Amino acid sequence: MNQMTSNETMAEPTSTIRLSVNGRDHVLEVPDRKLLSDVLRQDLSLTGTHVGCEHGVCGACTVQLDGDPIRSCLIFAASAQDHEVTTVEGIGDDPENPSDVQQAFIDSHGLQCGFCTPGFITTIDAFVDENPDPTEEEAREAISGNLCRCTGYQNIVKAVHRTAELRAACGKQHSETDEEASEANR
Amino acid sequence: MKPSPLRIHRPKTIEEILELLSVHGTSGKIIAGGQSLVPVLNMRLAAPRNLIDITSAAGLDELEVVGDEIRVGALVSHRRLERDPATTSANPILADALRHVAHPAIRNRGTTVGSIAHADPNGEMPMILALTGGWVEVRSVRGARSLTTESLNVGPLETCLEPDELITSAVFPALRPGQRAGFDELARRSGDYGLAGVGMILSTDDNGVDRAGAEATITGLKAGFVSVTDIPDIIELDEFVAGTPLSQVSTILDDVISAIKGFIDPGGDIHASADYRRHLTGVIAGRLLKRLSRQRDGGGSPAGGSEMRQEGAR
Repeated sequence: MNQMTSNETMAEPTSTIRLSVNGRDHVLEVPDRKLLSDVLRQDLSLTGTHVGCEHGVCGACTVQLDGDPIRSCLIFAASAQDHEVTTVEGIGDDPENPSDVQQAFIDSHGLQCGFCTPGFITTIDAFVDENPDPTEEEAREAISGNLCRCTGYQNIVKAVHRTAELRAACGKQHSETDEEASEANR
Repeated sequence: MKPSPLRIHRPKTIEEILELLSVHGTSGKIIAGGQSLVPVLNMRLAAPRNLIDITSAAGLDELEVVGDEIRVGALVSHRRLERDPATTSANPILADALRHVAHPAIRNRGTTVGSIAHADPNGEMPMILALTGGWVEVRSVRGARSLTTESLNVGPLETCLEPDELITSAVFPALRPGQRAGFDELARRSGDYGLAGVGMILSTDDNGVDRAGAEATITGLKAGFVSVTDIPDIIELDEFVAGTPLSQVSTILDDVISAIKGFIDPGGDIHASADYRRHLTGVIAGRLLKRLSRQRDGGGSPAGGSEMRQEGAR
């Protein structure tokens, strides 16, 4: 290998990317190889997204892409352009006013150390939208891609059901005011 | 656990993809969902200098049932295919197998065609394509060709695709009248690679014509495997099953299982010995064949698709 090619190999290709995260647009200059998880944490300081295994097994880095849960460690930030990214901060970022999923984790004691929690929050938030009244089996299947080493999962399964309860109650309140009863009960 | 430096290209049309592949094919890789490729890059098992990200290219996201064919474009995610009612009524084995592909969050991003191109013997969909007798459609700047799975799959994680070629779609044939199909798998944890998996298509003479209560007879059986063969090899088991009434399936079970156990070639590793995988494959195959024989309606033609065929799928 001559000097020229070895220099080429070492060069770090970068690109200017447009990323839409939690409803805000960002223009960033990042290395092409930079994973979405690292851009969220390092460039946007959204450190709620945790990085565990970095090969898609643990689920801690789960974010929503256009509303669907995906692994942010298995997608390049450049590839997330033209999509809407939602992190755990986009679901709820105020300790005084937690989202329904976050409240459900508090109510059900669904966390201990909290490392895996953001991945569960983003996963369950999307799942309950899709399945507002899950069976226990469905709840377990929904979180089967997220690892937790503290809780033993029982209280996380409870948190899925608690989220569904809270969201249904909230949906009912909405329906009384804006006639979306049939939508909310689906 | 970070990829080595690379350049990401984001072509907007199939033509642009093919142009890029003709230049960078040998030093690069196509990336779609990336759910197998990015872990490989993160662990630096591969270090391509160029990635051709096809996810923003137009014309690769078709998913439709046309006649007897389920046509799946290169950008169709596992999840979209799994949930597509027309696909499930044309051939329920796709959704049946897709539910075993990793986790929902991986299926949201991973593509079925990408899985076929990756050609992992632990992957479900390369085998399903082979079992159903499907093929892939391939393009490059040099032209287009169709490849059956037999010619596509050269070895574990190895296809006959040239560096400048792109799989634009995979085509899965629908079940024919009288056919039933299913898939099952055992893994150590939910979403892990299967220790062993089996897909089956059972053919009967029940072609939907009124048989005045007469019992259907088995006319054929074929099976394919996950994690216990190097490439998606399919075994034809007609000789063991043809002529047996559906209710008598227990009389042929042992023959079918022993033929399958002789056919497969599992390896042993830290998760399971070769013998254990062979044993598991036999157990899964036996259960699956019994399930298919009892199933009232195992899939079938798109014409019958409005019936509640999804009951077993969820």
